[in-house]
Amino acid sequence: MSNGHATPLISATGPTDARGSSGPAAELAWSRSGAILTKRRRHLVLFGLVAASIVVTVLCSSFGAAALSGSDWLTALRELITPEHGDSAGTAGVILFQLRIPRVLMGFLVGGALAAVGVTLQALLRNALADPYVLGVSSGAALGAAIAMLLGIGATSMLLPMLPLWGFAGGLIALALIYRMAQSHGRLPIHSLLLAGVILNAILTAMIMFITSIMDPARSAGLMAWLMGSLTAPGWIGLIGIALYVMAGTMCLLYYAPVLNVLTQGEDTARSLGIDTDRTKKRLYAVTALLTGAVVSVSGMIGFVGMVIPHAVRMAIGSDHRVLMPASALVGGMFLVVSDTIARTAFAPAEIPVGIVTALAGGPFFLYLLLWRKDRMV
Amino acid sequence: MQSSLAHRPEHRAANPAIAVEDVSFRYGGELPGRPWTIERVSFEVACGEVLGIVGPNGSGKSSLLKLLAGLLRAGSGRIHLLGQASSDLSPITLARMLAVVLQEQTQVFPFTVAETVLMGRFPHRQAGWWNFGSEADTADDLACAQRAMAETDVLSLADRPVSELSGGELQRVMIARALAQDPAILLLDEPTAFLDINHQLDICSLISRLRGERQLTVVLVSHDLNIASQYCDRVLMLKAGRLSHIGSPAETIKPDVLQAVYECEVVVDAHPQTGKPRVTMPMSPS
Repeated sequence: MSNGHATPLISATGPTDARGSSGPAAELAWSRSGAILTKRRRHLVLFGLVAASIVVTVLCSSFGAAALSGSDWLTALRELITPEHGDSAGTAGVILFQLRIPRVLMGFLVGGALAAVGVTLQALLRNALADPYVLGVSSGAALGAAIAMLLGIGATSMLLPMLPLWGFAGGLIALALIYRMAQSHGRLPIHSLLLAGVILNAILTAMIMFITSIMDPARSAGLMAWLMGSLTAPGWIGLIGIALYVMAGTMCLLYYAPVLNVLTQGEDTARSLGIDTDRTKKRLYAVTALLTGAVVSVSGMIGFVGMVIPHAVRMAIGSDHRVLMPASALVGGMFLVVSDTIARTAFAPAEIPVGIVTALAGGPFFLYLLLWRKDRMV
Repeated sequence: MQSSLAHRPEHRAANPAIAVEDVSFRYGGELPGRPWTIERVSFEVACGEVLGIVGPNGSGKSSLLKLLAGLLRAGSGRIHLLGQASSDLSPITLARMLAVVLQEQTQVFPFTVAETVLMGRFPHRQAGWWNFGSEADTADDLACAQRAMAETDVLSLADRPVSELSGGELQRVMIARALAQDPAILLLDEPTAFLDINHQLDICSLISRLRGERQLTVVLVSHDLNIASQYCDRVLMLKAGRLSHIGSPAETIKPDVLQAVYECEVVVDAHPQTGKPRVTMPMSPS
């Protein structure tokens, strides 16, 4: 579990030496030997992940029904900068800028948001298996979005897509129930958590199925594909709309990272350390619901990203949310982009919903944790 | 050493560390008819004193400690900490003044010992929205954590995940986190519960050492009368939410007092080394 702490990373922390009153520098050796994430190590990890994200994004934009080479990229970029050919943009340019890149970016945003939501829910519920999909928050958001689609009230107004807000409302209702349960237990034990999720999912799925069955059959097929969790190439306007929601929500969660650290120590201890836990938790649940609502409204129910990614990242770099949060978001983004590339290309020209790929990858991991690592999960 | 480690001597001389005036509390707030968990309790704790709270199961020991910690709000009466009404203090100010080690401390995530101890620095940190929660631990934070870990002898565990520690180690880490808060008052709820005698001794000598080195005011709840007798300056006995007796171990750990509070016969003799009262169970009449 703690393999990540084994690598000592030497950092040049000046301030400890500068203070005359502190003991010899050797005394603070623990602060440099991997016991905590030094600023330097944190920056290294995040810089590495940002670089990897860029590489993954570019590579995955090149794969697809039509593979694009480096020269196709160059041509497309040249056309973008100097559009001298008027409207007759090349095929490569159309594929890249209207299909692939928007879809890859959307996948990155969705995956990142799901992972950040997973990290937050795990800290709030003090349970490393919490995930918006398993808990039924995604189903709640999907129900909200499905109702809006049924009534035709999810359209974009004033640049801001309204569908995410309906997802937000649905997700909030699901989270309010979970919040109630967690409050009465202090923390949500694994069995209560899974049971609550199963029942909530069953009820909400029944309601979604009800909506699908009374819908016009032509539209319900699209709804089903969306429910299974699938990404499509959004317009740039739609992409920017979702990006606004995801960026705002993720920034908010990042801001709360040190507070999340303290919240994992338990309600009373967090309060004794000066945190207004009721207010903070409510805010964090609201942000979580907003993020889930936003991503579910564009991609449906993509499962297990929020559980698998934070878990893997925690194993690699430790539990400090100041780095766990941004690192999980970046890794989650990459994971979904790669999953979606598999979904697009494995059976090309047919596409499978990306939710199937993530569930096939994440489900077994979840079972593994539940069966063989249960000492950690209680 | 430095300003944040100094212990505000101006407060110490003038006021008692803790003054509890006629405090009552019941769960369920204002609902009438509920029994009082704590009823009209008044006492003072001097600066640098170690007070033990003892009493039968369900007598309100932990509730009283949580009232002192500000985790529960008194239904009536007032609590003053270093001369300031605790209800007037902001959560952060309170957290800089007073630290508490509670009983329930399940560690779910594999934070390292050093990371856990550094969480005690939270109330001293200036959160800024501009760095999006990525503020680093300052040299001050590291120095406080260093001192706390050295005092509790967990430095060698600094890079170990807390989820893998033994009970005794974890208890010392929790105390280290509380010390990293750099408090004037330390509250401990059953600090020796579930520990074997070796680790009980560890924790107790640590508490004695701390009051010497840090001039900490310590209030500890214990079900173990001998620990209260040997390590506390005074003992407060609760019975059914009411203060039954308070005084030095010699005044409180006596057969007649214990008979009145616990409603059972016990044998009290003198500790062979300290001469303080020692409680043992009598031979059962069968």
